[in-house]
Amino acid sequence: MTAPPLIEVDGLRIDLDDGSRRTAAVEGVSFRIDRGETFGLVGESGCGKSISALALIGLLRRPLSIGAGAIRFDGREIQGLPAAEQRALRGNRIAMIFQEPMTALNPVSPIGRQIAEMFVLHQGKSWREADRLAVEALASVRVPAPERRVKDYPHQLSGGMRQRVMIAIALACGPDLLIADEPTTALDVTVQAEIIELMRNLCAERGTAILMISHDLGLVANVCRRVAVMYAGRIVEERGSDALFRASAHPYTKGLVDSLPRLGTRAALGRSKLKEIAGVVPAIADFPAGCRFNPRCMQATEICRSTAPETTRLGDGGLVRCHHHA
Amino acid sequence: MKLGTSTIIGGVLFALAIFVGLFAPWLAHTDPVMGANLMNAEEPPSWIWWFGTDAQGRDIYSRVVHGARISLTVGIVSQLVNSVIGVTLGLTAGYWGGWWDDVVNALTNLMLAIPSLIFALAIMAVLGPGLTSLLIALGLTNWSFSCRIARASALSLKSQGYVQAAKVLGYGDLRIMITQLLPNMLGPIIVISTLGMGGAILAEAALSFLGLGIRPPYPSWGSMLSEARDQITTAPWLSVFPGLAIFLTVLGLNLLGDGLRDILDPQSRSRRT
Ligand SMILES: Nc1ncnc2c1ncn2[C@@H]1O[C@H](COP(=O)(O)OP(=O)(O)O)[C@@H](O)[C@H]1O
Ligand code: SF4
Ligand SMILES: [Mg+2]
Repeated sequence: MTAPPLIEVDGLRIDLDDGSRRTAAVEGVSFRIDRGETFGLVGESGCGKSISALALIGLLRRPLSIGAGAIRFDGREIQGLPAAEQRALRGNRIAMIFQEPMTALNPVSPIGRQIAEMFVLHQGKSWREADRLAVEALASVRVPAPERRVKDYPHQLSGGMRQRVMIAIALACGPDLLIADEPTTALDVTVQAEIIELMRNLCAERGTAILMISHDLGLVANVCRRVAVMYAGRIVEERGSDALFRASAHPYTKGLVDSLPRLGTRAALGRSKLKEIAGVVPAIADFPAGCRFNPRCMQATEICRSTAPETTRLGDGGLVRCHHHA
Repeated sequence: MKLGTSTIIGGVLFALAIFVGLFAPWLAHTDPVMGANLMNAEEPPSWIWWFGTDAQGRDIYSRVVHGARISLTVGIVSQLVNSVIGVTLGLTAGYWGGWWDDVVNALTNLMLAIPSLIFALAIMAVLGPGLTSLLIALGLTNWSFSCRIARASALSLKSQGYVQAAKVLGYGDLRIMITQLLPNMLGPIIVISTLGMGGAILAEAALSFLGLGIRPPYPSWGSMLSEARDQITTAPWLSVFPGLAIFLTVLGLNLLGDGLRDILDPQSRSRRT
């Protein structure tokens, strides 16, 4: 028998309860991530990436809740675990970094203290030992002069430095999975590349799997071996990164790929406008019947407007959810 | 960081009161209770009797100096009790919300509806006079402001990124409240506690004046005022000096509180950085 995947999401539905009505913000989402693997989740803003990540770590709160499906970490269903056991997973075996390094650190606590807290909380270390480990953790994310820097407060650091500190905190306890939700969106382009490189190297060294979430297909495909494309609460295509670019099967993925600037093209040189997908992502309450992409899809036919497409397996092992996929 | 003049004046006045209270036995000229001598009764202020003497010939200066101990003990201890109660209730109510928040809100509204002095009066009537009863009465009746502020701060802080991040990192509720919320609301809590201390000193004076707080012959500023009531025209110094002590200490605390508000206000802080 083979070992269970590190994390397995099976038919996840997330309900949004606005008091009078229950609507599915995310529906039929399934994917699995193996140990040490890099997996990406891409889609336009508002398609349900962040709430899916919150569901993964058991932190969905009213008005959102898990309506159906299972999330298994290391073979154990997370939802069924007592609160204390869920907490023991968070930050310890599943860690997460966010978009906003500016606000994710406590402004009145020295950064060394915030790193050390992880060792005290999850590994029962003494503060003395934890403070020493915090210096090492800060050194591992290539912050210069870590012995001195541990005493700094967040406002004394640049955005890039803060995100390094966040990575140090997230990786402090050697988690099995790092969820990175738009980790560089708020940073300068030059800093972005450094942070991504750092994150990727550290995780590769330690065998930590990455779930990278972003609206930026180029970034995700660059970091991840496999990518799932999400549209309006559903995964519409899941492929290996190369296949996704070479032979996108879903019209939405094609649109995303076509809207990326490519080296040497007129668009990359800023001379012509990028090809964009016309229209906007519908709000949860206005999800259309049938395929949710049909109002924006050039290939839509009658069946697309009436029947939601099922997931089809492609020849290369990828998955696509479209009646007329390539 | 720029300290305003009034903050400095407030700080100096409060520090002076603390100093006098701490070193009262060395600063006093005579024993405040036993140092009676009818030969020197009702002497007006002079080089020998700085603040004059009372009908039993006790040195008012020595009594005012010793009175600082009692007034400050009441002010500091009762406000500390109030702050602990108020912050505990307000912080948990704001963070957890739900039925607990409703309970705390109802309790706070009740406390605000009854004038705290009347409430304290009732408690004193049950417990009887004395320092311990005073600390209990004043410590249990004035936490609604700290509670309100702690609750409002917790409500606004709990949606901050670092509180969300702490949850994601596996912090429990208690750890989040202690490490993420409390330190970030300390500024306004300190301000309200400083102002509250002044209020407690005034309340002590009022209760003692009514004969329910510290009772003669022990010198608290309030009990001294109470004793001096009948001689206000014949020996005004009996009222003037304890009154002045109350006035300057409470003024100091209010100036300090206002000054701290400006310094600790997160908005003015972010403007500076
Ligand atoms: N706390 C919430 N209450 C109500 N709606 C929410 C909440 N959080 C997210 N949503 C909705 O769920 C959808 C998915 O949001 P999100 O997962 O944040 O998208 P993204 O893919 O940009 O991360 C959005 O339509 C958003 O408006
Ligand atoms: S199912 Fe139809 S509408 Fe949906 S993506 Fe495929 S072709 Fe377009
Ligand atoms: Mg998001």
